[in-house]
Amino acid sequence: MNMNGGQALMKALENEGVDILFGLPGGAILPVYDPLIDSSIRHVLVRHEQGAGHMAEGYAHATGRPGVAMVTSGPAATNIVTPLCDAYMDSIPMVVVTGQVPYAAIGTDAFQECDTTGITMSVTKHNYLVTEAADIPQVIHDAFYIATTGRPGPVLVDIPKDIVDPNNPRSAMEWYTPDSHDLPGYFPNQAGDAELIRQAAKLICEAERPVLYTGGGILKSRGAEALLELAEMTGIHVVTTLMNRGGFPDDHPLCLGMPGMHGNYTAVTAMQEADLLIALGARFDDRVTGKVGEFAPLAKIIHVDIDSAELGKVRRPDVAIQGDCRVVIEELVKALKEMGGSEAQPDRNQWRSRISGWQERFPLTYEQSKGDELLKPQYVLEQLRDSTPSDTIVASGVGQHQMWTSQYWKFNHPYTWVNSGGLGTMGFAIPAAIGAKAGRPDRMVWAVDGDGCFQMTAQELVTAATEGFPIKVALINNAYLGMVRQWQEMFYEERYSEVYLTRDVPDYKMWAEALGCVGLRVESPEEVGPAIAQANEINDQPVVVEFRCEAEENVFPMVPAGMSNSDVVVDPSQRDQPR
Amino acid sequence: MTAADGGGTTTLVVRVENKAGVLARVAGLFARRGFNIESLAVAPTDDERFSRLTIVVGVDAAPMEQVVKQLDKLVNVVDIQELNPSASVERELMMVTVRAEPEIRGQILDLVRIFQATVLNVGYDEIMVSLTGSPSRVDDFEGLLRPYGIVDVQRTGKVALPKLVKAAPDPLAP
Ligand SMILES: Cc1ncc(C[n+]2csc(CCOP(=O)(O)OP(=O)(O)O)c2C)c(N)n1
Ligand SMILES: [Mg+2]
Repeated sequence: MNMNGGQALMKALENEGVDILFGLPGGAILPVYDPLIDSSIRHVLVRHEQGAGHMAEGYAHATGRPGVAMVTSGPAATNIVTPLCDAYMDSIPMVVVTGQVPYAAIGTDAFQECDTTGITMSVTKHNYLVTEAADIPQVIHDAFYIATTGRPGPVLVDIPKDIVDPNNPRSAMEWYTPDSHDLPGYFPNQAGDAELIRQAAKLICEAERPVLYTGGGILKSRGAEALLELAEMTGIHVVTTLMNRGGFPDDHPLCLGMPGMHGNYTAVTAMQEADLLIALGARFDDRVTGKVGEFAPLAKIIHVDIDSAELGKVRRPDVAIQGDCRVVIEELVKALKEMGGSEAQPDRNQWRSRISGWQERFPLTYEQSKGDELLKPQYVLEQLRDSTPSDTIVASGVGQHQMWTSQYWKFNHPYTWVNSGGLGTMGFAIPAAIGAKAGRPDRMVWAVDGDGCFQMTAQELVTAATEGFPIKVALINNAYLGMVRQWQEMFYEERYSEVYLTRDVPDYKMWAEALGCVGLRVESPEEVGPAIAQANEINDQPVVVEFRCEAEENVFPMVPAGMSNSDVVVDPSQRDQPR
Repeated sequence: MTAADGGGTTTLVVRVENKAGVLARVAGLFARRGFNIESLAVAPTDDERFSRLTIVVGVDAAPMEQVVKQLDKLVNVVDIQELNPSASVERELMMVTVRAEPEIRGQILDLVRIFQATVLNVGYDEIMVSLTGSPSRVDDFEGLLRPYGIVDVQRTGKVALPKLVKAAPDPLAP
């Protein structure tokens, strides 16, 4: 079939199962926006290209399918660099199509030319500059394959204007459906080595104080069920990193919740005291390990990861298994069953009682506001958690509100937590929530956002309002870049430098209304529940609920940067408790 | 120590897809991960779809295992061979122009003969010669020429292949 490159691009995207594209047109990508009109793919017109990228990420987080964004050249391409890096750090499958100046003009500093593949080389799993229209079907097919297999990640495809412009003979091509991949250096491997899996099973059967340290690889591999079986069969406790909240149910008696810098005391301490860490799809990030040399000093390590470069990158494992988390866990369960299943697990009652002792002495805690004090953000999050369906999808920004959300929410379903972990991108919440809603229109979607973050990407609420994505935003207005304020309070002798945002400017309620949303403002504890109930009832418009919160509230527990996890600082009310 | 004397270095022979930008990806990866390239030689292979990079990496700069694994993750990298100097045959080419007034030209030609180097070009007071050899032999030659005054020198960086198996298989083995 004869067609032009632009038509081929749309057809190739359709063939990959793309149902929604987040984007914004411009000169270089213009020819592709014409065949888009005739395509089955829905396009969501964003207000800033960063929004398109985070929406694609949110979509991928919530559905497991690759998110797709399409933007023009030059400034649009640079605007989407942040989401690419975000997706790279958090291993999010995403394909970004960028327009480029005509092939012959590349290198001449043409209008809106930038070296997009050069700029994005280090923040993508792979990228392409397509030089011939005839390459488009194959490149798109390969791009989706790379983005979604092995360790997932973002792939960028840069397309010069002439090869998609029907008025240019360079765009003429004959359609073909690629039936294989042209990737001689790319062989993602799923299965783990059987002998190593047996060794791992043996270590598990010998361990007296084991902990399952589970990361984003569980969700990426669709491995939550397999993890549940492994944990229940062995009776081993599970910590879920920031990237794996929801990958193991918080309500489960074996769940210890989030470890790391703002993890709860028990999760941090259980890892620290463990004699075996079974790291599944986790990468020993510095926010989890604290001072690496003093992290879990007594523990042997079993490390399972699809990316062999993670094995031994930070901590040398005793057993390193390269493979897909789900596949390896299933094989591990089989191997453990052959060794006697739960019968073969040693008596760990002493360890269990130490864990429950920590849980009793050091639960998450905060002091409720008194009189006419402003709201406590933790209280707002507890209320929100308790008044929304358990499968609500929660997206968050970056800062204190993010840590409180991860701490106080009860994640009992996979793919309900959408957040920027590795890059820590302020402004992620609103566009990511929109993307999640686009992927899961059946679910209630709340964004928990900080006042600082909100001001970075609030304009995407216009996208939500006009494109029909009735997300809800819980805006934690603490008048500060709160997380930075907390560091200045704790580590810079309360010398506050450029962290005060003001309490009343902007007027968030009016701003929300101007953006096409319902705006609500909440100032006292009694209003919290009713406002959430009101927001939950609104399904034809986005809603922003501004919660006016205490400015000085800090996130605890905290392991100060560079310190050992053994030096975790607990809430002031718990500092006299015996460790 | 330098790459040339083989100390503190490992040689990676990396087969990559012969595509635009691949060298930038490899070089960019080394820069971004803080790995150090001591020398780099790029050449086509007998299969035109691929090129071969011979990269000498300072082993103190990074754990070699990380270098190899991160390189292997590049989609355009097809395979990687890690060559230990003792288990490989290494060659490097040097072209050098040396001061050679007529009265000392003979001394330089002596060295050329001893090293089995090749005279490429002769000027009235300079001479251009080339030598192919193991990096340490090339070092020695360069060192001996230096006192005469090196005007220009170009070295290719080394290329290498693994040493071959010496013992023939036992014909009686099952
Ligand atoms: C784009 C970006 N810029 C700066 C930072 C550094 N940073 C981390 S948290 C934070 C404060 C966020 O403020 P806010 O959104 O109000 O959240 P809060 O901590 O008050 O809950 C800042 C500035 C960042 N993570 N991302
Ligand atoms: Mg704030």
